[in-house]
Amino acid sequence: MSTLTALARAQALAAGRAQPTATVRHLHLARRPLVLVPLTMAGEANAPLAVLVGTTPQQPTLLVVPQPRNRDQRLDFVTALGTVLLPYLDGHRGVSESVPVDRGRDVRYRYVEAPQLVVPNSGGITFLRLLGRNTRFRRTDGDYPVDASVPLVGRWLTFLAERAEHPGSSLLVALTEALGLHWATGQSSVEDLNLAAQLGWIDPPPGVPGPVAAAEAEDPSIWPPAGPATDPEFDNDVLAPVMAAYQAAVAADDEPARQRAYATMAEALRGQLEPTWRLMWRGLSLLQALPPGARVAGRWDADRDAFTDYAGYTDEGGQPQPRRDGAVAAAQRLHRLERALSSYAVQRAYDDPLVMADHRLTGEAFVGEVTLADPARVDDTGKRPVLRPRIMVVTTDPVLVQPGASLTSPARPGQKARVVFVTRTGDGSKTEVVLELSGGMGRGLTAPPGTVPEVGERLCYTTLTDGYAPPGTFPSREDTPWTHGGPPTDERPAA
Amino acid sequence: MRDSTERWLERLRGAVAPRRHNARTIAALTGNPGCHRRAVLDAAGVDKPRLAEHVGFPARFGQSRFAITRGNSFERQVKADGGVELLRLLRERLGLPIPDAAYTDLDGGAPDRTTDAADADDDPARPAESNEERYERSRRLLGEAAGAPASGDALIFDHPLLRLEVAGQPVYLEPDLIAFRVDGRFHVVEIKSFPVIDGQGDPSKVSAAAVQAAVYVLAMRELLTEAGHDPAVVSHDVLLVCPRDFTNEPVAALIDVRKQLSTLRRQLTRMARVEELVAALPADLTFDLAPDRAGRPSRSPAALTTALRVVEARYAPDCLASCELAFFCRHEARGQTGSLGKSVREELGGVERVPTVLALASGELAPADGQAEAAAMLQAAARLRAEALS
Repeated sequence: MSTLTALARAQALAAGRAQPTATVRHLHLARRPLVLVPLTMAGEANAPLAVLVGTTPQQPTLLVVPQPRNRDQRLDFVTALGTVLLPYLDGHRGVSESVPVDRGRDVRYRYVEAPQLVVPNSGGITFLRLLGRNTRFRRTDGDYPVDASVPLVGRWLTFLAERAEHPGSSLLVALTEALGLHWATGQSSVEDLNLAAQLGWIDPPPGVPGPVAAAEAEDPSIWPPAGPATDPEFDNDVLAPVMAAYQAAVAADDEPARQRAYATMAEALRGQLEPTWRLMWRGLSLLQALPPGARVAGRWDADRDAFTDYAGYTDEGGQPQPRRDGAVAAAQRLHRLERALSSYAVQRAYDDPLVMADHRLTGEAFVGEVTLADPARVDDTGKRPVLRPRIMVVTTDPVLVQPGASLTSPARPGQKARVVFVTRTGDGSKTEVVLELSGGMGRGLTAPPGTVPEVGERLCYTTLTDGYAPPGTFPSREDTPWTHGGPPTDERPAA
Repeated sequence: MRDSTERWLERLRGAVAPRRHNARTIAALTGNPGCHRRAVLDAAGVDKPRLAEHVGFPARFGQSRFAITRGNSFERQVKADGGVELLRLLRERLGLPIPDAAYTDLDGGAPDRTTDAADADDDPARPAESNEERYERSRRLLGEAAGAPASGDALIFDHPLLRLEVAGQPVYLEPDLIAFRVDGRFHVVEIKSFPVIDGQGDPSKVSAAAVQAAVYVLAMRELLTEAGHDPAVVSHDVLLVCPRDFTNEPVAALIDVRKQLSTLRRQLTRMARVEELVAALPADLTFDLAPDRAGRPSRSPAALTTALRVVEARYAPDCLASCELAFFCRHEARGQTGSLGKSVREELGGVERVPTVLALASGELAPADGQAEAAAMLQAAARLRAEALS
């Protein structure tokens, strides 16, 4: 939580309405997302109870497990989910584009589209991750064979849930988190976990103040929880009796009674899920209304790469993801996530002046006007003369950088600016910063027009860089050092 | 002093039976040790859920019937047949042969408990007595066991009643554990029905279970100290028994709760002693929920709200997950930066109230002593926000 976000929360409380904390959208939104609202049975380990799923707001598919404690019914549920999920995933594997690699000496292909699953909250992601863990090792042969789609669904869900941990990825999105990235409500982050309450602050019904809408959202009889946990009162008063009726009808082999009980249960569960379903699409349309940040497309490219790679891997009959990563794989993954996290933070700041403002407050960035510019300055002290224009930027922001520091401007990310002088003006209200520029100006000794900032231009300079960082080197799996358990022995048989 | 405090607490509670504590409420109590309202109400044994409902802010701590059924059936399964399954887990986890075990249930079959006494929970005149009897029995039997020579055989005690001093008041712990002794050491066993998947349980549930287990360890140590034994015979390694992966098969893990124990001890001692808190309260203060003929508390919600306001609370959003009065306190704390989260308050320079924050940020309000730095930062933040949003 930054000071600016904290201030935005205070402002939201005073205004009775959420306040923006972003001016652009920081995630990709697919044209046709697969929205999924899951419910689980209380007390059980990942026992699906119902799911409302679909790619348009109209006529979602409702899947119900009448007795979630029954293993066969749980697996039937996964098969049914597979009939929705697998065609949806395959639907994004139509057209590929070529991507040059190795400086244009080679090409690889990636799908033009990628899937996007949207669940209400991080609990929804955990549900999918566990469902993936629960199904990806299932055997289609042996004593308890399952449908061939079950382990495949498990692998894809595992892939998506793992990808969701990747900062900046948009393949599997928790809506409360996506909304929280763009708006600050007048309540705490604990209360923001409730989708209905969060949207009550962001987009209250006409004439209703945010706090009132949020308070209403906390009443489960008006707004049932967005899952995966159900409302205990609903469990006790509605679900338990109808589940018992269903069981009794099955035990008595009374087919009409079973069908009646099933219909009652499906209707009750639909009633619990539909309010959240409408919230999901309302939340998505709010995000859709924001213009995408400039670097969102680049991160989506990485998502499409990941999707393409994993689709190819499953085609080749690749193994399901291990239960736990080995030491080397875990270190590599952590390294990837750390790099993605820092790059994501920098990219958001570059894309969004409101995010950059956080860094301006801490002195990592400043915005000022160019008052002097010498675009033709050539440094001829070295072996070869080089073009090194200098500019002076005057800012009212606090400047904590020292001479010698290297800065970048989001407006010209390919150009480096070395700090030469930092001078406070006489009354201390302003700071003059002299910068020497290199890069991004072609190879000649004259800078092409527009490559050097002109007098009067307003610019941001920051210490944040999203430059190339060489990937870390790790030993091969067989060379795992003894400090990390040594080379892994053969994996235990899958459960 | 003790007697007068007890009389005080009785008056605060009024003519109703005190609520019992359990390890969960104690673990939660240490979560917000600075809250006087909670310390006083809990020490007096006031029925907080009922109070919250009566003043118009009902707590939502409903439990699903499914979850309760599941929890009970798993516990039954683990303890079935005199703890055969449990013994297997103990042997495996502790690496001991444990040739034989004796199982004692300290809950039912007490010789000095009549059927009437079993219902004593609902009888306002005698609850403490019944608790004391049960506690005595637990102490006697556990004490005898501690005095016996160390042996490789196990003694399993189910449902011992324990006692812990909280805020200067003895609090009986609702039994929800097993204690067993092997090789001269006592271990605490906690049975929980959340799954451990690929060797990992839900971190928040595991840590909650560890804190609860620490409460039991501490209480057992107090019991044995009282009985004249070395408290160290109660191990700080507790056994957590959970279902493995997506099955019903139990799996046990040893958890070292030394850290939780020291946190607990520190917070229990630091917790403002309830005597001092009570002494500062007006003499006629009471939270009496005595019902009228219709079964509704006879005092008006307004009177109880006024009484609640007298005792200072320290609300934080975390309270919503653990305290039955949280919705009332949240309503009262509206406008405080702390109610938006501890980190929000810190980021806003520790300024208490939202209107003050906004007035400092806009420059309408001159900063008070020690606020100059916070005010300058808030002004800069407000300026940057306005600039980026223009």
